[in-house]
Formats: sequence, C-alpha cells, structure tokens
Amino acid sequence: MAETFNLRINGAARQVVGDPDMPLLYALRGPLGLLGAKYGCGSEQCGSCSVLLDGERAFSCKITLAQAAASDILTIEGIGTEGNLHPLQSAFMEEHAFQCGYCTPGLIVTAKALLDQNPDPDDAAIATALRDNLCRCGSHGRVIAAVKRAAKELAP
Amino acid sequence: MNGNGKKLPGSLAKDARIASWVAIEADGTVTVRTGKVEIGQGIRTAVAMIAAEELDVAMARIRVVSGITGEVVDEGVTSGSGSMEQTGRALRQVTAEARAALMAKAAAHLGVDAATLEVEDGTVRSPATNSQVTYWELQGGQAFVGEATGAVAPKDPASYTLVGKRMVEIDAVAKVTGGAAFIHDLAMDGLVHGRVVRPPSQGAKLLSVDAAAARRLEGVIEVVESGSFLGIVATDEWQAIKARDALALSAQWEESARLPDEDNISAWLIDNESAAHPVIDGTPQDAPVSAIAVPEGAAKTLEASYTRPYHMHASLGPSAAVALFADGRLTVHSPSQGPYPLARALAGSLGLENDAITIIHVQGAGCYGHNGADDVSLDAALLAQAVPGRPVRLQWTRADEHLWEPYGPAMVVMTNASLDNDGKIIDWNLDLWSTTHQGRPRPTTATHSSLLADWYREPVRARPVAKPNFSNESGAHRNAWSTYDLPRQRVVSHFVAKTPLRTSSFRGLGNYANIFAIESFMDELAQAAGIDPLEFRLAHLGDERGRAVLNAAAEAIGWPPGGPGSGTGKGIAFNRYKNAKAYAAVAMEVEVNEENGEIIVKRAVVAGDAGQVVSADGLACQLEGGVIQAISWTLKERVRFGPQRVTSADWESYPILTFTEAPMVECILLNQPGLPYLGAGEGSQGPGGAALANAVFNATGVRLREIPFTPERVKRMMVAAGRGP
Ligand code: FES
Ligand code: FES
Repeated sequence: MAETFNLRINGAARQVVGDPDMPLLYALRGPLGLLGAKYGCGSEQCGSCSVLLDGERAFSCKITLAQAAASDILTIEGIGTEGNLHPLQSAFMEEHAFQCGYCTPGLIVTAKALLDQNPDPDDAAIATALRDNLCRCGSHGRVIAAVKRAAKELAP
Repeated sequence: MNGNGKKLPGSLAKDARIASWVAIEADGTVTVRTGKVEIGQGIRTAVAMIAAEELDVAMARIRVVSGITGEVVDEGVTSGSGSMEQTGRALRQVTAEARAALMAKAAAHLGVDAATLEVEDGTVRSPATNSQVTYWELQGGQAFVGEATGAVAPKDPASYTLVGKRMVEIDAVAKVTGGAAFIHDLAMDGLVHGRVVRPPSQGAKLLSVDAAAARRLEGVIEVVESGSFLGIVATDEWQAIKARDALALSAQWEESARLPDEDNISAWLIDNESAAHPVIDGTPQDAPVSAIAVPEGAAKTLEASYTRPYHMHASLGPSAAVALFADGRLTVHSPSQGPYPLARALAGSLGLENDAITIIHVQGAGCYGHNGADDVSLDAALLAQAVPGRPVRLQWTRADEHLWEPYGPAMVVMTNASLDNDGKIIDWNLDLWSTTHQGRPRPTTATHSSLLADWYREPVRARPVAKPNFSNESGAHRNAWSTYDLPRQRVVSHFVAKTPLRTSSFRGLGNYANIFAIESFMDELAQAAGIDPLEFRLAHLGDERGRAVLNAAAEAIGWPPGGPGSGTGKGIAFNRYKNAKAYAAVAMEVEVNEENGEIIVKRAVVAGDAGQVVSADGLACQLEGGVIQAISWTLKERVRFGPQRVTSADWESYPILTFTEAPMVECILLNQPGLPYLGAGEGSQGPGGAALANAVFNATGVRLREIPFTPERVKRMMVAAGRGP
C-alpha cells in the first residue's frame, strides 16, 4: 500500500507517495525528476545508482523508501550544477574521465564520499573506494586521475 | 563520384548536397548533421570540431544533429570504426565547401575580392575596406544551395587551431551533473512504462500465463501476450516492475534449447559441419582450400591453437527505448547503431511503410557492437501499439540484457608456421573457426526477422539463416590476413552455420581472436628463433607507421624485458585494424602470483596512429578504453551456459574488470597532420589481449592460449609446466 514519505534530498524537503518497499531509485527517477542516479543492475552490483545517505554511499536500487526516509539523501544533482560545478565534476570533464558517461554520476557520488572522509587519497585508496562501481568503457585510469585532480582543487 | 568526376570523401559520395550536412541558422548557431550516432566513441564532439575548424566558428556555436531518420543522411550502421572515415571525412570537405560559398557571398556583399577576406568566429572582415558581415547575416536560416564538388581544398592542417587538440566532450555537462543525457532519461508528456518477460531459454514456448491477474495489479494499463512474447505497460516504473515480476512468476514454459558443452566449445566448433574458404588479402574466396605443406628449407615448424569464448557487450545501462504509436505512425527513440536499417526492419515486422516510421537516435550507455538496442526498439514498438497515443518507455532489466543480447562468437584459431635458419618466417598458415558475426537488423520479411521479439510473437518468424561472409576484412576473418611481410600466407576461414548461441557483431569482430592468435604466435616463433619478440616483429614489418607504433610502445614500457620466469614480465603486440585503419601497439607489464594463479596488470601502454588526430582526448579514450576492455575480456570474461540455459545473468555471473584490477594506461598518439583520419575505436583490443598473453609468458614461461586467463587456468598451466606450488 502506498504511503507518504517525507524525504530530505539535497538539503530540501520532498514528499513522495509510494510503496514502502519501493527502491529509492524509482522515486528519484520518477516523481522526483532526479535522473542522475541510473539503473544498471538493480542488485547492488554496479554502482550506477549510487547516492549518499548521511554521507555514506548507498545503492539506491536497493535502499527502500522506508529506509531512505530516515536519512539525509545527497544525489549527483545536489553536488553541483551546470552553473556551479563541483570540483569533482569539472575534474571529470577536464580529464575526459568517461566515454559514454553512464557510470559517471555514480562514480562522482562515490568519490565525493571518499574525499569527504579522506581529502588526500592515493591511487590505491581511490580504486578501493570505487571498487563496487563498474565502468564498461574502460575509463578507469582517467577516473582516478580526475579524483586526484579534484582532491588537489579542494585542498585548503 | 560527382558530376565533375571527382571522388568525394567518405559519406559525401552518398549525398553531396551541402544542405544535407550543414546549415547556418538565424540565431547565430551552426547545425551539423551526421548519419552516424554517438555510442560513447565521441563522434559528436569530433564532428563539431571538424566543422568549427573548417568554418572558423567557435565550438559553442555548433549544434550536432545525429541519427534522426528523414533529417540526416543514411550512413547505415555506426560500426567498424567507420565514423571518422565516413562522416568525419565527409564533413571536413562539405564544411570547407560551405565556407567557400559563404566567402563568395561575403565578397559580393562587401564588394571585395574573396581572397582578401578574414574570418573570425563567423564574422567575415575585409581589412582593406574595414567592413564586415557575419555568416548569419549572409545565410542565416537559408539552406545552402548546391552540391559539394570536391574542388574546394579544406584547410591546411598546419593552420589548425582546434583539430588535434584536447576538447571537452560536447555532452559532458549533462553527464557530470546528472542531467538528461541518455535514452533512459527521456521525459515526455504522458509517458508510461513497459517491461517484457523473456523466456527462460532460447526457443522456449509459453504454455500458460495468468495475464488476468497481472492486469488487475495497481497501475497496469495493458498486458501484451502474443505467442510466446509477453509484456506489460503500467503507469509508473515501479508498478511496471512489480507487474512484470508477477507475470514472469505465473508463466509456464516448455524449453527445448540444446546448448553445446561450454567447456568444449572449441571442439564443438571444429567438429561441427563448416564451410572452408581460403582468404586472400583479407577477402574469402569461393575456392578450394589447399593443404598445409611444410616448405623446403624449414629449420623449425611450429603449431598452436588459440581460443576465445563467447563474450558479451554488457553495456552498463541495459537497453531502453521509447516508442509512440499515433495516427498510424510510429516514432521510436532508440539507442540503435543504425537508425535507417532499424526503421526498415521495423517496417517489415509491423506491417508499416518505411516512411510511417521515424527513428530518433538517443544515446544509450556505451555500445561496443550489436547489443540489445535494436531488439528493445521492437519490444517498445509492440507495447506502444497496444496503447496507441501513449509513449511507452521500455527498460530492459540487467538479466534481459545479459541473457538476450547477441554475443561475440567463440572462436578457434590455429596457426602453423615455419622458420628458416636465420629466424625468418618462410611459411605461414592460419585456420579459424567461428559462427556468424552478422546479426544486425535486415528488412523483416513474411518469414524471417533479425529482431528478437519476432521469433516469439505471432506470426512467428525465423532467424535469418547465417551465411558465410565474403566481404573484405569483415566477420570472423577480420585481421586473419597478417599485416607482416610474409613470403606466403595460407589463411582459411571455417564458417560454422549453426548458432546455438545467438551471435553478432562484437567490437572488432574476428580481429580480437585473430590478433590474439597471430601476435601470441609471433612471440612463440620469436622464442623458437631465439630472437627478441620486438626485434622479430620489426624484422617482418616494413610498414614504417607500424614500426613506429611498435617502437613507441616498446620504449614507453621499457624494452627489452628480463628473461622469462621472474614472476613479472612484459609483453608487446601490434595490429593495423582491418589492415587499413589505425595502427596500434600495446605493451603491458604484469605480475603473476604463482600461489594462486592471479594475473595483475601493473601497467599498460598503447601507441596509436590514426592519421590526422581530430579530438585528441576522444581518440586516446578509445584506445585506452579498448585496452582496458581487452584486459577484462582476456582475464575474466566468458558467457556461462548449461545444457539449456545461459547462466550469466548478472555481474556476478559475468564479472568484468574492476577499479582495483584496472591498470593505468598510458597513451601515445602519433599524429599525422594532413593524412586521412583512420578508424581507431577497435584498434587496441586485439593487441591488448595478445600483449597480456605475451607478458604472462615473459613472467612465467607459461603460454596461455585459452581465453579467459582465470586464476584456476593459470595455476593449472603453471603446475603442468612444473612451476608454482
Ligand atoms: S543499479 Fe544499483 S548497483 Fe547497479
Ligand atoms: S564511461 Fe561508459 S561505462 Fe563508464
């Protein structure tokens, strides 16, 4: 049975009506009109749907509305916008860190969680943080370079 | 040819009208039209750069229209690394001609000689008279009249300010900010959501299903049941998913598929009936095949057999399409690689005229060949027909894509060559076995269709019968003919008509297996001759551009490596894609864990020569991404299947390379200013796989000839060779 959920997304209060067991992904992409999180597998295997819940990466294809309602949700749309790009976003553009770009929002969201916790990660730390995100086009090296570039940019 | 007897470059030969390719708009923008589509290869950015360069306008003014039937030239399928050679070369010429037309107009307008004019960002200036006029004033909103003649010379590459540089991808902002960038993100008024229920195995027949129960579920608008094709349409996506699951659960099937033994697929290929055709200079002949004969003067003769399994494209985003059926017309937003061929196939499938169908290409997730993009388009059209007037967004599930996309065919490649006393190859034989690489949409007939749903719905149509491919450098025999200088080559393609698993075009086609075999075997021959593998290659390669990429890759990785067997090693491999496109050499450094058989690729280098570089980053991404993908295919990937069903249904049962496994890839571009663009998107996978095998040999002394190089296999090989614990 559908219920009403009060969510906090990207700092704003949003209301969604839906099944408590509906994965957050479908609320984001449907009624909330936030298209950044992508469907890739629906089973926590690819990271395309990544969002942050209270600063921790979560797979929105699995997290239900009921679970998400308890947390602060940050999506790619809340990280930066066209006129106000986050350093991670401009670094991904600068380093040409994607080919098709389907994996990109999930990677940026996941990298944001990393940089929030570890502002100066080395290659291995970045790779480890991104190990549950897949990229089929093979942009891996450039993604790591982009995260490093953003970390430099963000350094005080 | 055009009227003047001049050959026009690329696809301009198909349609020489300037207006078909470029338009100056009244709002100060320039529209560039291409029949090629963006599949993650960066073509939209590259053509924008070419047009901006030739026309002398800022990149920001360029709008690229790609892949809309009726609006762009029919450039067939975006495949075979042909985008730059076909659309890129056409646009370079046609935009140069458009500029010349604008200059003539400007000269008349300003009353000066055209040769005295200067252009900056679309503003034409006469320094002598200190007067100016813009493109938009001269031509804004009016179509160009006339055809390209080939008489206008494009810019001198020495004066390029844009082409050859790094350029941020034109669709990048939407991609990094989570904007609508993909077919999956398409929003439309009244959009409803579809899902399909596929059978558990190929050819399975639907015995029963509780469609009525699914119809009663909340939000369900329609259940489509035709023969063994099942789909649902619902108001929102979650309802569609739940209804699909309920429908799937209630469906009973009769399965009939008989699949070969996955572990013995090589034997299956060789033992099955096949048609053998000699390949001469890249083209199969309908002629008898000669036997292998060891020549006189052979000091050593070597033989080897190499295999690849079925691979899947496995795009990160499963296929999706949006279809609308209204007033007898069908519009499909589709990620298809071939909008026009798809329209022709759909017309036959749905009983519509070609011109009652519009295909609008919208980017899907990265595409590496014939995946589910065409099939999902028919699925969406079938659901849309059931709910006329409503656009239906059909999203395949991950399992739909993994289980039902056409796979890259398993192949066996056997080589046999003889060396003389000086370590020169004096005889060369290559025999390959494969099922078809051609499954792309063809016009659907009353009895046959190349689209998946047609094999299940009423009236049931058959899959087209696979036929051997006699085109140059196509299908399984792509790159089977060696680029090396060999006194004699005997190349034979053994075509297996049966396709127990549906196969079609997969990035590089036969190139990956053939180059894996050729370049591994070159190392084996070098070893037998006691010559360094790089030296051995160079001794058989006169082509200067080929030598240059090999030397560049070798230098970057640090050649020569140490002797075999230290646990770490380096390998190198080379190809010229299709023997006519980009040159690429790949070098790798690996470490092999003798305890568990795990291969770690520590570093990779790719050196490429794709002629004149246009978008430097775009090209580098293609070459680097190709290397990573080849490492993934070679180390980890194979489609798993049992006696009846494919079992690789997700990323756990079909693992690909992860961030902790992927090496940094260094890319060296050997630019050739002024030389023709050469397709590079499939240039680095073949040498990628072989360089890996060669590096493993250098590290361990063990020669891997069976892909993928899983730890279990490596360990088994090491033990057999008396190494490891
Ligand atoms: S879609 Fe959520 S992890 Fe793949
Ligand atoms: S860029 Fe295409 S999946 Fe990563």
